[in-house]
Amino acid sequence: MSTRLASHGRLINRARALSFTFNGKVMSGFEGDSLAASLLANDQMLMGRSFKYHRPRGVLASGGEEPNALINLGVESGFEPNARATTTETFSGLTAASQNHFPSLEFDVGAINSKLSRFLPAGFYYKMFIHPRSFWKHIYEPIIRHSAGLGKAPKARDQDSYEHYYHHCEVMVVGGGIAGLQAAQSAAATGVRVLLVEQTAHWGGRAPVDGVTIDGLAAEDWVAQTLAELAACDNVVIRNRTQGSGVYDHGYALAYERIADHTPGDGRPRHRLWRVRCKQIVTATGAIERPLSFAGNDIPGVMLASAVRDYVVNFAVSPGDRTVVVTNNDDAYRTALCLLEAGLEVPLIVDARPEGGGALMEAVQASGIRVALGRGIAKVKGGKRVTGVQICAQAGEGSVLEEVACDVVAMSGGWSPVVHLWSHCGGKLIWDADQAMFRPDPDQPPLGADGAGFVKVAGLANGHLRSAPVLEDAAEQGRAVGRAAGGKVQKAAVPAAMDAEEVALSPVWLMPQGASYALRSKAWLDFQNDVKVSDVQLAAQEGFESVEHAKRYTTLGMATDQGKLSNINGLAILSKSLNAPIPDVGTTTFRPPYTPISMASLAGEARGELFQPVRKTPMHAWHDSHGADWEPVGGWRRPYAYLRGSETVAQAVEREVINTREKLGFLDASTLGKIIVKGPDAGKFLDMMYTNMMSNLQPGRCRYGLMCSENGFLSDDGVVARIDEQTWLCHTTSGGADRIHAHMEEWLQTEWWDWKVWVVNVTEQLAQVAVVGPNARKLLEKLGGMDVSAERLPFMAWADGTIAGIDCRAYRISFSGELSYEIAVPANQGLVFWEMLMEAGAEFGAMPYGTECLHILRAEKGFIMIGDETDGTVIPQDLGLSWAISKKKDDFLGKRAQQRSFMDNPDRWQLVGLETLDGSVLEDGAYAIAEGSNANGQGNTQGRVTSTYYSPTLGKGIAMGLVHNGPERMGEVIYFTKIGTNPVQAKIVSPVFYDPEGEKANV
Amino acid sequence: MLILNCPYCGCYKDETELSAGGEAHLKRFGPGASDAEFEGYLFGRVNPKGVHFERWRCASGCGKWFHAARCTATLEVFGTYKAQTLKPPQAIKDAISAKRPGWTWRDFS
Repeated sequence: MSTRLASHGRLINRARALSFTFNGKVMSGFEGDSLAASLLANDQMLMGRSFKYHRPRGVLASGGEEPNALINLGVESGFEPNARATTTETFSGLTAASQNHFPSLEFDVGAINSKLSRFLPAGFYYKMFIHPRSFWKHIYEPIIRHSAGLGKAPKARDQDSYEHYYHHCEVMVVGGGIAGLQAAQSAAATGVRVLLVEQTAHWGGRAPVDGVTIDGLAAEDWVAQTLAELAACDNVVIRNRTQGSGVYDHGYALAYERIADHTPGDGRPRHRLWRVRCKQIVTATGAIERPLSFAGNDIPGVMLASAVRDYVVNFAVSPGDRTVVVTNNDDAYRTALCLLEAGLEVPLIVDARPEGGGALMEAVQASGIRVALGRGIAKVKGGKRVTGVQICAQAGEGSVLEEVACDVVAMSGGWSPVVHLWSHCGGKLIWDADQAMFRPDPDQPPLGADGAGFVKVAGLANGHLRSAPVLEDAAEQGRAVGRAAGGKVQKAAVPAAMDAEEVALSPVWLMPQGASYALRSKAWLDFQNDVKVSDVQLAAQEGFESVEHAKRYTTLGMATDQGKLSNINGLAILSKSLNAPIPDVGTTTFRPPYTPISMASLAGEARGELFQPVRKTPMHAWHDSHGADWEPVGGWRRPYAYLRGSETVAQAVEREVINTREKLGFLDASTLGKIIVKGPDAGKFLDMMYTNMMSNLQPGRCRYGLMCSENGFLSDDGVVARIDEQTWLCHTTSGGADRIHAHMEEWLQTEWWDWKVWVVNVTEQLAQVAVVGPNARKLLEKLGGMDVSAERLPFMAWADGTIAGIDCRAYRISFSGELSYEIAVPANQGLVFWEMLMEAGAEFGAMPYGTECLHILRAEKGFIMIGDETDGTVIPQDLGLSWAISKKKDDFLGKRAQQRSFMDNPDRWQLVGLETLDGSVLEDGAYAIAEGSNANGQGNTQGRVTSTYYSPTLGKGIAMGLVHNGPERMGEVIYFTKIGTNPVQAKIVSPVFYDPEGEKANV
Repeated sequence: MLILNCPYCGCYKDETELSAGGEAHLKRFGPGASDAEFEGYLFGRVNPKGVHFERWRCASGCGKWFHAARCTATLEVFGTYKAQTLKPPQAIKDAISAKRPGWTWRDFS
């Protein structure tokens, strides 16, 4: 059993006991514990079930590479699935639950899959679920969906807050082990600004665990001293609990700070995402120990040798009483020595190397521990916990030579440098055959904006396994990045590190090397996704020769740990199966983030009201206090309708339409885009931007204009007013103002940069109110100040003046078909003006109206709306707007495109009005049904509805739509789809349903 | 995330502050152009691996369009220059030649 030791525990504070629960059971730990350490101290080795076979799994590692110990953490709005117990700090009140099992961790019915594993090989899903085709939707998919996924999805809204932090510096150092500390110190000594981040809560990495001494100090003391020196430097920023997560182009990096994961509810943000811009990056990210592939290597109690000693030294936790160490290198002997020193039993060390190791082995042997050379593990015995191992010859096929009872197996297959951050942005790797590892190729670094490398790797991550070369390398890389980032290198001595001599490892990719199928099918590569040696071999046999294909076929390395433990072992097996050298097989692609980071940290503060700034007109608050039912329009909020009393939205809209047609309505039109185009060449420029002629518009007059893209499609519309000889004011759609402003700027800057034109977007400078209805003029005359008579201000004219003392510009334009003035006033007068209109308009029956009323009024008049009648594939000619396309102009944007054969062709879907025979309202987007069906068996169509409303004015449903050759088919009745019911009959009519002669607006 | 020097602002901008505008130095074909010319102008864009000239807009800064000469394979930036020109300045071409001798791009070299 696993338990807490009386000695050791450099990271825990025994004075501070903590209470937490696991699967509802109350347990205790100490401050400084990882959750995995706390669970082990409570004899909870079984921490989860595997994904595919639901095999019982214990903790394997002690860091971010952990594949097994994934837990549901917290409850309700603080719930998080798939948290790694090894990187979760224990705190008082922590609530943890194991995942991926039913009904319980101890007894899981899904474990039947393990018995069926012979029938669930690699690619099982692809082979099994293809036939019969009809089974997929109703049988296979529901079952697979039920069993898919690891943890539970959170159900409640996240209670915590998150933030982004922008940081600029010259050098970023990732990793707070002795290499990272030394690199940071050497870089900082050149005078540049340095950011040093470490993903765990503590500094020093493996050196303090492994008994390294530096300049005569214990590693732990050197780390404390160096950290204090760095903290005293003004040019150094230090953060622990902060993972360098990703390296991106041109010196951009993301770091993920877990501020309050271990202190929930203390008011601080939970996570902080550091968005770092730097010139140079040093990755001192260390190395990850490799598992060995032998049968039963996934049984709880089989752990990485380094993890076993981490738990003993750091947390005073013994994973078990009797530990068999199995290794192909010298480093694992440290685990035996550590266990011995803690008073635990090591019955045997199994060393796959026939000649064994060096000084560390001799030290172990001197303590009386038996070392079996040239041996391997044939099979681990046990179910939910290791009970023993069967020993065999590594060179053989697995004949059992002896059995040794134990409850822990500490395995070590050598070390793989953490090259992820080096590789994220294109750094290449080389295969180091002597050390059997991929390490960064210093000649092929990730390249920055200047074409030179901007990432360097230091220490273990760079393939230096001994601590003396680690520090020398780190000092050199630190100086190099300091110099490259503009610092000045000073001579300084490199601290001298001492550790035990080691002899070379011997690569072992399968144990024993000739293992039978029965053994290979129980030798795990990917623990989380249940991929075994036999699966990768099958993939190779079935022709998946590329490592990227084999990965996806077997799911090797596709779990949440992204193959940190499995990939190298898997590709070594693949390379052997393909009879190709490991470097020729290569690695899969390393992508950020290094370990999963919270989605909420990526969102940062951009949630709720801060997700996007809301644009508000000067009259926004008035609308809000007068029943506005809001609608988002291009970043703005506009009233959809103003609700009175208990009326519904539909009733409010109907009331607003009738009141505006019969009396007087006000629309807040401030959101309308307003762009001033000015200069000697402004007329020439507008003639290019609009399909119709704008240069011959007279000052004082308005003209409706269309804008097309160079591809000929209708892009925006609006009324243009000529202000003076050199000045035009262009109205755009509410959502289009910024886009059209940018469009104009683009052409002015990149095509006609010699034209003398100035463009300014004044949308927010002006508040604009549409005063609409038969009583509009009466109201304005009552308010007084300017002549608004038909003679002085006729239809499609504008004039400057004052109304009730407020400076304004009044346009006689109408989007409703009624007598209408659109009146612009300075934005800061907008609310006063609006309130004055409301008050003075009361006697004329004035009411405000919203965007839905606006839409109905324009649809009754057959006016098009950008985004309804257009969708980026519609040309003005489709909409009966040929009258607005100049025949006189040589050129305008879209003219050449509209001359293409398929554009210049009446055989298109074109705008018509539609009236249902039964008076009902057609569905928005409904299709007009045509004869027959297409090659995919879908019914043919001959048109679609673009705008559809109930018209309160006419008392029936009206619609506009694009119908094939529509204008030539007036009076014809065609069918439109209606979801869930029979098609609806509608007659093709003119799109102008109300006042076709335009007499009401022109009075 | 790329970083480019806006020649108007005179300082470096993150890619998120910019918007990309595709191939630079396009020649516009309007009415009177053949179908082939118009198609080439509107849809035919070079997308080389290596030296490339692109349009960028300092969207969250000064709002100006500028051109960038960069390598699409390594993301190395050879230089940026104002968009009001029909061809890259000699200094930009020299900078590319120093790094990529013998380069060509459309009619430029």
